[in-house]
Amino acid sequence: MNEFVATVVRGLGNGSIYALLALGFVIVYKSMRVISFAQPAFMMAGALLVSYLVVSMNFFLAVLVALLLVALLGAGVERLALRPMIGKPVFVIAIITLGVDIVIRTVVNSFIGLDIRQMGDPWGLGQVDVLGVKIDQRHLATLVTTLVVVAALFAFYRWSRTGLAMRAASSDQEVALAQGVSVGRVFSLSWALAAALAGLAGVFLSTGIGLEQNLWLTALKALPVIILGGLDSLGGAVVAGLSIGVVEALVGSYGGDLHPVFGGDFFLVVPYLLMLLVLLVRPYGLFGTREVERI
Amino acid sequence: MSRPLLYLSYKQDMALLNTPAKRGWTIALAVGAVLLPFVLTDDLLVVLATACVAAIGAIGLNIVTGYGGQVSLGHAFFLAIGAYTAAAISGDPDSTRLIGFGITSLPIWLLAAGLVAGLAGLIVAPLAARLRGLYLAVVTLGLVFIGEHIFKHWRELTGGVGVGRPAAVPELFGFQFAVDGELFTKAQKLYLLMLVLLVIFGVLARNLVRSRTGRALAAVRDRDLAAEVIGVDVTRYKMIAFAVSSFYAGVAGALLYVMIGFVEPGSFNLGMSVQYIAMILIGGVGTISGSVLGALFITLLPRITRELPAVLPFISSSSGSGGITVFQVETILYGLLIIGFLIFEPRGLFGIWIRLRTYWKSWPFSH
Repeated sequence: MNEFVATVVRGLGNGSIYALLALGFVIVYKSMRVISFAQPAFMMAGALLVSYLVVSMNFFLAVLVALLLVALLGAGVERLALRPMIGKPVFVIAIITLGVDIVIRTVVNSFIGLDIRQMGDPWGLGQVDVLGVKIDQRHLATLVTTLVVVAALFAFYRWSRTGLAMRAASSDQEVALAQGVSVGRVFSLSWALAAALAGLAGVFLSTGIGLEQNLWLTALKALPVIILGGLDSLGGAVVAGLSIGVVEALVGSYGGDLHPVFGGDFFLVVPYLLMLLVLLVRPYGLFGTREVERI
Repeated sequence: MSRPLLYLSYKQDMALLNTPAKRGWTIALAVGAVLLPFVLTDDLLVVLATACVAAIGAIGLNIVTGYGGQVSLGHAFFLAIGAYTAAAISGDPDSTRLIGFGITSLPIWLLAAGLVAGLAGLIVAPLAARLRGLYLAVVTLGLVFIGEHIFKHWRELTGGVGVGRPAAVPELFGFQFAVDGELFTKAQKLYLLMLVLLVIFGVLARNLVRSRTGRALAAVRDRDLAAEVIGVDVTRYKMIAFAVSSFYAGVAGALLYVMIGFVEPGSFNLGMSVQYIAMILIGGVGTISGSVLGALFITLLPRITRELPAVLPFISSSSGSGGITVFQVETILYGLLIIGFLIFEPRGLFGIWIRLRTYWKSWPFSH
């Protein structure tokens, strides 16, 4: 039983990283109707900045500064590469973000180098005892931070003026423009927010285990998450992120002896299989809005 | 005397080579391409042969994405299916480690590779036909990850990670392509073989897209609901697009590793899919010649950047010596090219060619 609880907590820890990443994707999707494939690059950039900044300052301060810088990077990318493409087919814009991802990630990788970079976080691989269950501190920290960030984000969307503007722009850009919402600013803000969330996910992903070049593949796991939750649903992203994390951890712990054909790292493809299964039944994900078609 | 651009029938207008200029240039290009092996060195010919194969794959992706409008990031998956079907069929039957049937005849394994991949495409298609736009892109991306996992673990078929297995053996009626002969070297033979295959598959694709099927696909791409209203069976044509595209991918996958002679299961990843997307975007979406141009460009890009350190001294050719390396320049250039083309010339290299052509056609007037 203890092992089961520990696995679930580990899954929730990883799942909250997916949720953070997925929120970034959903925020960009809501504003631009585009999946930003540049999220992995922002994630890596955030983690990299922290690993450099932490040498000269406190870890938490380093995280704040790094997130601010990554947010600026996100807004800059939007202004330079995405703004000229407004009104073009979404597929084209999505591919541009792929190009952005390749460029930023190559630069980041050259700074990471071949070694594993330490994040200098206060948790490391330390564990705490909660009611007799050994739990990694970093998983707890991730989960708590994610819950706080998600609550703040929902409050921002629900009650702030800017959040209202963002919701308006997402439901109809032209009408929002006519009401005096600066849609351009909404785009910048969405990209900055998404980049910062990805950066935060990157920081938590590499705490304890350290930062290395291959970590970017984890960011792509947010894709099945957003498809599962529905591309335009913030709540869906959180729920799907946490559940995929838990399912993945359970399969990782108990699925090893399912059948040798699946291989020991079967849990790595579980998110994608789940996504396929859900889409067979619900083509718009669990919480996504069904598009209304007009000719 | 008949006027050159006066078409008296629909058939004339739809002909493959409908202008004298096209006829002339096609013949000149064909002659040039056939004469290349006698001019270029062998290592360049191998790159060009790879480019020809990549072009077949790019044409396949262009059929589903460029003409059919269904964004597929799963091309690497179908390439892998083709590569392993071909490798297994022509593989050594006595091997205890790997599956092999020992049929080395090129047409047989090539067709089989295409058909198996096409069948896989048909299996995926019903799911894909239900999805639209970016949902489809992400699902096909998931396909790549699932495929990568299967191929890494199915050791009897793929040889496993880091080990791999020999690629298909190109042999036609007893004639070996992948061995140095008396008249031609291995590279020259392979280049000519791939060139011929590219021409065959290119013309087939061109014929497909200017037919009823091609027009139906374009209608689905432009507005699927409207297409359905005017009587196009959307699901059926989406399935056709997926099947044909996967067939081409299978063929390309089967041939892609013939030059190196070796397949490694780790190479069929997301990066490969992105590479093919880049080919059709840089070459020109929705054109066959654009796919070929894009494939040439992307395959030659590493070769071009390798020459850079000689010109630009701050780029080093090896890692570890500080500064930026050729590989980094190559990847960054690759990313920037994708962004640049999409922002400044969305029609790709084909669009640049059209602009040049109109400029000279109407010279000295600007329109």
